[in-house]
Amino acid sequence: MTRPATETLPPSLPPQLSPRAIVRARRRQAAARAWREYRRSPEGMIGLGILVVFVAAAVFVPLFIPASELDVTKATGTPFSPPSAEFPLGTDESGRSVLALTLWGARVSLLVGFLATVISVVIGSVVGIAAGHFGRWTDSLLMRVTDWFLVIPFLPLAIVLATVLGPSLANIAFVIGITSWPGTARIVRAQALAVTSRPYIERARALGAGDWHLISRHILPNTVPLIFANTVLIVAVAILSETTLAFLGLGDPLRVSWGSMLDSAFTHGAASIGAWWYLVAPGVCILLVVLAFTMVGQALEAVLNPRLRGR
Amino acid sequence: MAAISTRTFRPSAGQRRLAAKLVGAALSLAFVLVFNFFLFRVLPGDPAKNLTRNRLVPAEQVQVLRESFGLGKPLSQQFITYVGDVLTGDLGISYKFRRPVSEVIAERIWPTVLLLGLSTILSTVIGLWIGIRGAWRRGSVFDRVSLGASLTLYAMPEFWLGILLLMVFGVGVEGFPGLFPTGGLSSPNTELASPEGIVDVARHLFLPCLTLTLAYIAEYALVMRSSLLDELGEDYLTTARAKGLRDALVLRRHAVPNALLPTTTLIFLNLGFVVSGAITIETVYSWPGLGLLSYEALRTPDYPLLQGVFLLFSAAVILANVLADLLYARLDPRVRTG
Repeated sequence: MTRPATETLPPSLPPQLSPRAIVRARRRQAAARAWREYRRSPEGMIGLGILVVFVAAAVFVPLFIPASELDVTKATGTPFSPPSAEFPLGTDESGRSVLALTLWGARVSLLVGFLATVISVVIGSVVGIAAGHFGRWTDSLLMRVTDWFLVIPFLPLAIVLATVLGPSLANIAFVIGITSWPGTARIVRAQALAVTSRPYIERARALGAGDWHLISRHILPNTVPLIFANTVLIVAVAILSETTLAFLGLGDPLRVSWGSMLDSAFTHGAASIGAWWYLVAPGVCILLVVLAFTMVGQALEAVLNPRLRGR
Repeated sequence: MAAISTRTFRPSAGQRRLAAKLVGAALSLAFVLVFNFFLFRVLPGDPAKNLTRNRLVPAEQVQVLRESFGLGKPLSQQFITYVGDVLTGDLGISYKFRRPVSEVIAERIWPTVLLLGLSTILSTVIGLWIGIRGAWRRGSVFDRVSLGASLTLYAMPEFWLGILLLMVFGVGVEGFPGLFPTGGLSSPNTELASPEGIVDVARHLFLPCLTLTLAYIAEYALVMRSSLLDELGEDYLTTARAKGLRDALVLRRHAVPNALLPTTTLIFLNLGFVVSGAITIETVYSWPGLGLLSYEALRTPDYPLLQGVFLLFSAAVILANVLADLLYARLDPRVRTG
């Protein structure tokens, strides 16, 4: 996709294809090429493997562990008992299985991470493309706002917003999304500027293309690979942010996430009574998932960003 | 003559850049004020009710409070009063402490400055050293181990690391007694000014400082490594080697000074990240600074206090950014001469 548009089509394609179909076929080939290159990165493949395991666990956990296991009133174990055959990862302060909490927590942590990322990437891309494409005062105004969000310390801003909005899953995702888009906006703007100055954009404009056509047909397709690599890295940051906010007590009180597990472990004194299993289980999961997203993101960046090739 | 005099009146590119930066910082601060003002207005309920929450207060007294907040006046009037109050250091009354917010904040500044200052200095020095060594011997065992460790540290929530360190070295695990106090600034009944007092504070400072240093090292090492790697491909290093300079000199005199430029800016820009660490780590170790204060404010929730802390953190970070620009201009002759 990032290759010049003048690339010759392989002879295998039948000549009677419509322009749309040619574009589609070319994109399929580009994707296949990117995947072939991606597969060569061991870090990327390990990260992808870890993510597949965690996403599968999050999706299928209701089939194996009923939601009733999370109910405090139906807890069967002794509070803070160490790992045993019955509770492989021990129990929490009210006798619930830490394994069940961790697996169910994966759902909320990943869901908030993905939701926040979608919000962040949509805002960042719209702002970046608008600033890069329209230029002039739109650009200066949008970049002024972007700089403001960049300079304001993330956590205090998120805390203030989350306190005012109230704790719920959607609000946490919104708060993280609205505070984490400036990086994307800057990357997208730079790419949009580079694409807008290319001669074929001028040609399209001379042929009568409007802004919408230029953005949707030329600028967006050329920025998508960059946005994609950036998105994966943002998920890692979003999951860490969710953990931090939930740890501070700003998470959804009705749902278990890895961050809220650490919050209740800490506030119920798991550290002082040495209940390491309650702290280690969610922490290691966060560590693995964030590390996996970072590895996948960096591997993707190396494939999709030509400037980083050969590094 | 005329040409020379007009030239002296025209500000240099560097000065214009600085002026633009200062205006930008002032605008950012103004945005923070506006944001803070309106956020306070969209809160559920009204401030007078919030202040008297959970207490039986006669309606007349609530009315007096409402008037003292200026809630009956038009919004523009309220905004002007608000800005005036903030500029004169009046940040309102804390719900939780029932004292002026500025007083409460002033008491908590120094522990945070001590903790953040020390861990930032330590992590910068160690992180830069690791980054430089890793990039210079790229692909070596040291590089691979330090890169892996940095990425791992970067991926863990810093408060989780803090709780684990607290559990092992503070509380102690089986067969291994706790070595350090588990929280607070000092033990009760200790005279802070005495030698024992200083040792006591240092012992309390050790674990939170260690946690933050470890958490920040990762970032600095990664930034330094990648910015030095950017420089390593440059032609001037080949020239330096062709002159016959030893490897260590090429690194010290040529590569590192140039790689430090982007790193310096990033260290200052990173202050927002440093502040986040302070909030969670001070909470874990009950270190009585601004971070713990924010936590107490959000758990109450104490809105005036929360606003005050947010204002202070934002102003500090904006100021640090201006400083970073000034420093950058001093370090980089291209920017200095414009």
